[in-house]
Amino acid sequence: MNISWTWFHRLASPPHFFRLAGRLAPWFGWLALICIAAGLYGGLWYAPPDYQQGDGFRIIYIHVPSAYLSMMGYTMLAVSAGIGLVWRMKMAHAVAAAVAPLGASFTFLALVTGSLWGKPMWGAYWAWDARLTSELILLFQYFGFIALSRAFEDPRSGEKAAAVLALVGLVDVPVIHYSVVWWNSLHQGSTVFVGAGSDIATSMLVPLLAMIAGFTAFFVACLLKRIQLEVLERESAAAWVREVLEDA
Amino acid sequence: MKSLHEFLIMGGYAAYVWPAYGVTAVVMLVNALLPSLRLRRRIAELKRRADGGERS
Amino acid sequence: MNALQALISRDLTIAYRRWGELMTPIMFFILVTALFPLGLSPRSELLREIAPGVVWTAALLAGLLGQESLFLSDYEDGSLEQLALARLPLEWQALARTFTHWLGAGLPLVVLSPLLGMLLQYPAAAMPELAFGLLLGTLALSLLGAIGAALTVSLKQSGMLLLVLVLPLAVPVLIFGAQSAAQAARGEDPSGALYLLAAMLVLALVLAPFAIAGALRISLES
Repeated sequence: MNISWTWFHRLASPPHFFRLAGRLAPWFGWLALICIAAGLYGGLWYAPPDYQQGDGFRIIYIHVPSAYLSMMGYTMLAVSAGIGLVWRMKMAHAVAAAVAPLGASFTFLALVTGSLWGKPMWGAYWAWDARLTSELILLFQYFGFIALSRAFEDPRSGEKAAAVLALVGLVDVPVIHYSVVWWNSLHQGSTVFVGAGSDIATSMLVPLLAMIAGFTAFFVACLLKRIQLEVLERESAAAWVREVLEDA
Repeated sequence: MKSLHEFLIMGGYAAYVWPAYGVTAVVMLVNALLPSLRLRRRIAELKRRADGGERS
Repeated sequence: MNALQALISRDLTIAYRRWGELMTPIMFFILVTALFPLGLSPRSELLREIAPGVVWTAALLAGLLGQESLFLSDYEDGSLEQLALARLPLEWQALARTFTHWLGAGLPLVVLSPLLGMLLQYPAAAMPELAFGLLLGTLALSLLGAIGAALTVSLKQSGMLLLVLVLPLAVPVLIFGAQSAAQAARGEDPSGALYLLAAMLVLALVLAPFAIAGALRISLES
């Protein structure tokens, strides 16, 4: 009991987290590289073309991980912002601020890859299908968070206000998802992608899992670096920073 | 995939597949490099300020 | 008269004295709705098809317009700080303030909706469903808009930011609301969509006051 709480409290301390993040980031970076390389080989070279979509389906290997990370990113954002708000942990707010641009990047990628996947499949660069529409609204939620946190003169107030927004937004995510799926099903036949839960061939699935793992490791690696930057910005006057500068 | 040629033309979908992978690569590269770059710059800046202050 | 009643009657009195300000969302609602036939075509079949969406979108925008000033005057003259310290919990005050705002900005839209429906060839038989849906929807939108207003009250030029913040929250209300109106117009049963709309209103009623009060306290700190 004591040991686990000590671990948690140490994590919440900026200098400890800063050093830990610096040490862990390269590991995740290499893990990402390996998984993505394996996934790319399996997905782009080894897996055969799809029966219906030919080679166009291969966008799945970047679209699905991006969409997954956009959602996971927002959840991390809201949870860490919420922890920062409720338990008044500075580190938590730093994590939220670091996640936001990363999550937004992957949301953007989900939209772009989804659009490029859609053009040959549905004939249009944009289609109001359930997933793309939810991703678009999610992008607005990310932008709102980032904009609100920067709009305040006092950054501490900004991050707290943005945290309230993120918590409200977290409740909103399933509501949006459900309403958009419902709305979409009324107006179009369901647009089912390859691998939308139905039987997906192993030769297609394994590279996809590798890409998801690789992208996630990449996300964590970038996140750790960003958190380091955030912590440094927020704590630049603190004594422990002096030591870090000497080590550098 | 049988050959490099097949790989490149992606069964005719090359105009969609490669830009998609391209944009993804660019965005991921930027996300990978930007924080590290900024971190290094910030540390250098803070170091300069700390040293400058002590020297006075 | 207890504190809550006093608060509501104060807000109503202020609204009554500044009734000119109340006209803005109403005029906006009417004008925007009228623009669509002018911009598209006067053909009844087209108008009938877009009527639910247009009325709901116009109601959403009209409701959010000017909501940024919901707490602004109290924030600026310092009374918001006093209200935050009062014995009546800020969450209840938020609910009261949002309700009076809705009376001035949302309720008129509900009342006017049959008139606007008529402009867009919306079938008269479905007018009650349209108005009822808007009743639920405008209440929910007032609550959601109040969250945005509370978050941005201490910021300059917050109008656009408020819209960006509230829009993702408002989209589900728009979807279910417009759908219920469309189903009613087609003679189908709109109760499914209306129940979902009611569920969202209940969710907003329960959660929004905490978000609003929390946001107000944060804005007062800054």
